[in-house]
Amino acid sequence: MFPIVEARFLAPDVKLFRIQAPRIARKRRAGQFVIIRIDEHGERIPLTIADSDQDGNITIIVQGVGKTTRWLNTLESGDAIRDVVGPLGEPSEVESFGTVVVIGGGVGTAIAYPTAVAMKQAGNRVISIIGARDHERLILQDAMQQTSDQLHVMTDDGSAGTQGFVTDALDQMIQSGVVVDRVLAIGPVPMMRAVSAVTKPHQIPTIVSLNPIMVDGTGMCGGCRVLVGGRARFACVDGPEFDAHEVDFDVLMKRNNLYRDQEAEALREFDEHPPESVTRSCQLQHHHPEVGPRSGDDSRSDVPVTSPENS
Amino acid sequence: MAEPLPPKERVKIPRQAMPEQDADARARNFDEVNLGLEVVAAQCEAQRCLTCADPKCVKGCPVGVKVRDFVELVLAGDFLGAASKIREDNVLPAVTGRVCPQENQCEGACIMGKRFDSLAIGNLERFVADYERESGQVALPQRAPLTGKKVAIVGSGPAGLSCAGDLCLRGHDVTVFEALHEIGGVLLYGIPEFRLPKDIVRQEIDNMRAMGIEFQTNVVVGKTVTIDELMQEEGFDAVFVATGAGLPRFLDIPGEHLGGVYSANEFLTRVNLMKAYDSSHYDSPIYQCRDRHVAVIGGGNTAMDSVRSAMRLGAGKASIIYRRSMDEMPARQEEVHHAQDEGVQFLDLHNPVEFIGDEQGILKSVRLVKMALGEPDESGRRRPVAIEGSEFEMPLDVAIVAVGTGANPLVQSTTPDMKTNRWGYIQADEESLRTSKVGVFAGGDIVSGAATVILAMGAGRTAASSIDEYLQTGVWETDSAAAES
Repeated sequence: MFPIVEARFLAPDVKLFRIQAPRIARKRRAGQFVIIRIDEHGERIPLTIADSDQDGNITIIVQGVGKTTRWLNTLESGDAIRDVVGPLGEPSEVESFGTVVVIGGGVGTAIAYPTAVAMKQAGNRVISIIGARDHERLILQDAMQQTSDQLHVMTDDGSAGTQGFVTDALDQMIQSGVVVDRVLAIGPVPMMRAVSAVTKPHQIPTIVSLNPIMVDGTGMCGGCRVLVGGRARFACVDGPEFDAHEVDFDVLMKRNNLYRDQEAEALREFDEHPPESVTRSCQLQHHHPEVGPRSGDDSRSDVPVTSPENS
Repeated sequence: MAEPLPPKERVKIPRQAMPEQDADARARNFDEVNLGLEVVAAQCEAQRCLTCADPKCVKGCPVGVKVRDFVELVLAGDFLGAASKIREDNVLPAVTGRVCPQENQCEGACIMGKRFDSLAIGNLERFVADYERESGQVALPQRAPLTGKKVAIVGSGPAGLSCAGDLCLRGHDVTVFEALHEIGGVLLYGIPEFRLPKDIVRQEIDNMRAMGIEFQTNVVVGKTVTIDELMQEEGFDAVFVATGAGLPRFLDIPGEHLGGVYSANEFLTRVNLMKAYDSSHYDSPIYQCRDRHVAVIGGGNTAMDSVRSAMRLGAGKASIIYRRSMDEMPARQEEVHHAQDEGVQFLDLHNPVEFIGDEQGILKSVRLVKMALGEPDESGRRRPVAIEGSEFEMPLDVAIVAVGTGANPLVQSTTPDMKTNRWGYIQADEESLRTSKVGVFAGGDIVSGAATVILAMGAGRTAASSIDEYLQTGVWETDSAAAES
């Protein structure tokens, strides 16, 4: 069992967990992920490691979208997760590239954050662009601010930062003559595809972190195969980061929809009949005062900065 | 107790048939197919043994189970004694009694098999192991005095478990590391419930735990911890790498990324390890097979396991597509017959050339080409050759690719001083199973390529004696082929 030592919401449906996993905390590097299974009936899901600390804890940030992530987000400090395995996947390629633009969309910011830190430590000029639907759903703004030379905040409704998409900020930056040596984009697949489309004509090397359906995470099942440059690659062992200009996003989206019906059914069942263990903290959005419009910023500021050994 | 009969009489006794679940019923449930021999049948079968002075069956067994001795104990009615006799050489009797290809091993070597049906050794082994388990009186072998030496086993499949068992008995401190969340490797994720109930595997693991073996799940050696760290920082004196051949091979044809196309590994892992067939209790989904046409590409045991699992998930039609003819099929005959009895259709001499999907990226059909057999190839089997102009499209909802596996590079890639061959398998000396890295041994599928449970267990035993010798002498000879090449 892996004890949860801290659990708090960063935004509606987005929760940060610090989990005791000393072996993983010691080894993990930016870009790597864990697979967790909540209990013996649960499925295995991959989650990127956002951070780790000297006390043997790893941080993951989870958006509740399906049954398993919603269920996970009902857990509190003092609860435990049955299985956590990792660090899996290849770490982000980090070296001194020059100017690196790190783009995080929604909860993707949590995944982009450790790589932004590592890029900064490697001596890059880091420009970050983070986006969300609205100000409530922006996460890690302060942490990204601290690790970036420049931070652009974009919201769909303009309730924070500038109104528009992350690609608008990126496009404007490129048009204005900023020389971008590398782009790292992590977020919903349509966002990553849009970023890729912006950078491709300028031949700016662009990396995306893919999160396809996965089972074991060790290269054994091949379920996470993605088409990259026309070749099947396994996101769990060859990735999760790939050259955006080579990724077939269409296939990725279609594969991620494979179990849509079963997932919808599982979520409906979960919402109607939540397991006893989770009824205590249902209806997340309405019972977490820390998720208010103001307090959100405070809760973000104490996200620990990644330790130097992770670079 | 039955009295031994003269040999002339013994050969007249017919081989006792294994009772099975009715084919129509079992094709739709995950309960075990073979029901096991009753006491009377088991003793009747035991009486058929010719008690050879030089039993060939023992030599035919990769772990050297003392077949004649345990069969005599069965005949004498001492079933628990028979079980502990098997346990002297075989740490997983309830497993091997079910999944060994006995016809190629102990039973293949049985003298009686030359003129009559060979002794049903596998069924007797299973009978003894089941009797012992149901009696609740498992007599675990005595452990030698503790040596204080620590051995790490990487992988908890048959090779790792068998090595762990032997090393534990020799008094070493053994820790088994497993990447998945449960111990058993291929016994859990690969072999289906209806052929090997998981409770039986768990019971055997519990026995091993009771012997003093430590198991750690959720540790991916190469990622969570490296072999160097195990040896330098965690104090292990030797390491046995038994990670198996777990990398799925695909056909490399257009459309393989479509929804509804699975590797056999993924399909079986979802069904067996994640229990996707029991969707009311477990969360892992599996693509809908009910009333649909599911086809498995391949003709090995994994293909049979996959197609029979699909049948049990309610497939309207379940087929095997195999590029050679039925005669070349590598699966055990028993598995093929079971599949046929359960209604699986065999499309031999056919090969897929393309998977075709709909606009949502979901498989809807497969393009097949008919094959003919040409000259023998390096495997000694006649090479399948595509018949020009014979292509046709067949509607299909789910395709499962079961055309073999390769070496998973996770351990090797972080252990650069452990040499691999050009296919990525670890190079180990044939006799000692020593790798090019001091203190590190390797065996099972990660050395040999995909083989059987019992061959992997044999490798585990070989490794155990070799590791034991190294731990006692501290001598590491560097003149092995593995170190040179």
